[in-house]
Amino acid sequence: MIELVIEERCSGCNACVEICPTNVLEIGSDSSPFIARQNECQTCFMCELYCVEDAIYVGPYCDRPDPVDRESILASGLLGELRRYHGWDEWAADPRYSNEHWQMEKVFLRARDMAICTAP
Amino acid sequence: MSNHRQDTLELTTDVLVIGGGLAGTWAASAARRTGASVILVDKGYCGTSGVTATAGPGHWWVPPDPAELRENTIRNRLKTGFGLNDPEWMNRVLALTWESLPTLAKFYNFSKDENGMMQYRALRGPEYMRALRNLVDSLDVTVLDHSPALELLQHSDGSVSGARGIRRQKGGDWQVNAGAVVLATGGTSFLSRLLGSHTNTGDGYLMAAEAGAELSGMEFTSYYTVAPNHSTMTRSMSYAFATYYDEDGVVIPMPPGPDTMRPLARALLKGRVFCDLHRTPEDIRAKVPVISPNFMLPFRRWGIDPYKDRFEVTLHGEGTIRGIGGLRVAGRDCRTSVPGLFAAGDAATRELVAGAISGGGNINSAWAVSSGQWAGQGAARYARKHEAAGGGRPIGQAGLRPGSATRHVDLAAALAAVQREVLPYDKNIFRSGDRLEQSGTVLEDIWTEFHSHAAGNFQTVLRTRETAAMLATARWCVASALARNESRGMHQRDDRPQTSARFNRRILVGGLQKVWTRTDPAPKPELAS
Repeated sequence: MIELVIEERCSGCNACVEICPTNVLEIGSDSSPFIARQNECQTCFMCELYCVEDAIYVGPYCDRPDPVDRESILASGLLGELRRYHGWDEWAADPRYSNEHWQMEKVFLRARDMAICTAP
Repeated sequence: MSNHRQDTLELTTDVLVIGGGLAGTWAASAARRTGASVILVDKGYCGTSGVTATAGPGHWWVPPDPAELRENTIRNRLKTGFGLNDPEWMNRVLALTWESLPTLAKFYNFSKDENGMMQYRALRGPEYMRALRNLVDSLDVTVLDHSPALELLQHSDGSVSGARGIRRQKGGDWQVNAGAVVLATGGTSFLSRLLGSHTNTGDGYLMAAEAGAELSGMEFTSYYTVAPNHSTMTRSMSYAFATYYDEDGVVIPMPPGPDTMRPLARALLKGRVFCDLHRTPEDIRAKVPVISPNFMLPFRRWGIDPYKDRFEVTLHGEGTIRGIGGLRVAGRDCRTSVPGLFAAGDAATRELVAGAISGGGNINSAWAVSSGQWAGQGAARYARKHEAAGGGRPIGQAGLRPGSATRHVDLAAALAAVQREVLPYDKNIFRSGDRLEQSGTVLEDIWTEFHSHAAGNFQTVLRTRETAAMLATARWCVASALARNESRGMHQRDDRPQTSARFNRRILVGGLQKVWTRTDPAPKPELAS
């Protein structure tokens, strides 16, 4: 579930409020987003992907809040990881993060071939 | 919550599309391309809502030449679909999917393989839905985000004339008077925590049934997908290399091939199950983050190395998402039996293409692309003959207009009770007539209470209606599973282990106050020899 919106990184674009499919965030009195309904979070990570400031952290637990230490998350390198691997925004031209999703079918075929090889 | 205005945003259009996921965006674009005016309403945000946005759908993808390729594909699928699918529909879906995906090239950056061949078959979910959002925006479809539909409008002649709902961020209500309506509301996993599925609560099934539509194939709702325990991450690719262990660390034997669901469910009924992915080849490990970037997120955040460490797993129910039931399709343009009402994607039954087994990612995605466009075009055609007019009556019942005095109904308790009947492996994967009868009784009691007394306010009306939709859907699933007094495809009855020729037909279901089932009178499709 979503755990943090890191204020000093947030630019107040409120893209997260707009794109969250389950309406978890709201625009606060300071015009910045805050987590208004954490229990509605479906742990889909879309807010992280759409946050160009890498200001949002979604925890791995989908069935309970799991408060995290803000400083250790900032130091963890996890912020912005999803957007980078998707090759969005400033990562779009970086060949390390080009979209190779089309290879999925080949991965399944490799697994099938391995299963055939190891079948008794 | 922002500004609670009491006013209603009232709009008129040729075609209203309810739901902005894969099927809804294809429907809206197809309707708009015929020249019709189109409004698309989404419960959340068109571009991230629905199960495509978090996934990575491949599509059923067979070239037209040589012709035997498609003929063989269809013949094989008729066998694996246990004869409930239809070769003509399969052919139409293969053809339209093949034509459609390359048309997205302006909005989706398709990749070339090492031979320079453009790869259209599989698209990464967030980029795919972002492309479709850009497509509908470029066509001047009016998109209302965060505008869940609560109920349909119906004229006295029975035709559907629009819908109404709430604007959950802007405040107030919306009402759209339309010449025709496409339901692209998705299936439902009964909020099982399946990745990306929590906008999909079966709302379209309930709204259509209130207008008089029926459903088909609701017994085929017993597919489950593996995920790390306490996580939504039902991305299945890497589990093709999984090794599973019981609590004592003993390897759980799995049959070769992808069909690990039933043995896993059996193991989970005995105790906790653990997994590692040590058999994954090194070169694939390196590619996983750029194939499925979300797959590693829970592991990295828990500090687990899934290629070395064992982690606990669970199975999340797919309901009618990778299950295949939905609204009965009554014509080539994906009309329902209600005039002016069309169904697309997981809101519609996928039996026509998938048969009695899961359509998985490939067939279901191809169906969404195709049925979306047929429904959009069909709705536009219908709207040309039946201009949008006001005067339609809002017809929502359970959760909106209680049968007797409004009383507090505990929504969380009602949902938990529904989930207890349709998600446990011992009730839904390994079915039996006795247990289904008991589930039917339990669900009937909840329905009676809910229908009589539940009604939400602005804050709770959406969850109240969603709960009503999941409850109604659960009743249809259980009734259909009882009516199919045999085992076939994903529907397996311990008490009726054989497949019986008597049931070589689709089973229809419907009704709100009283649930009914009957055999589809449609002629049985020719079984391929």
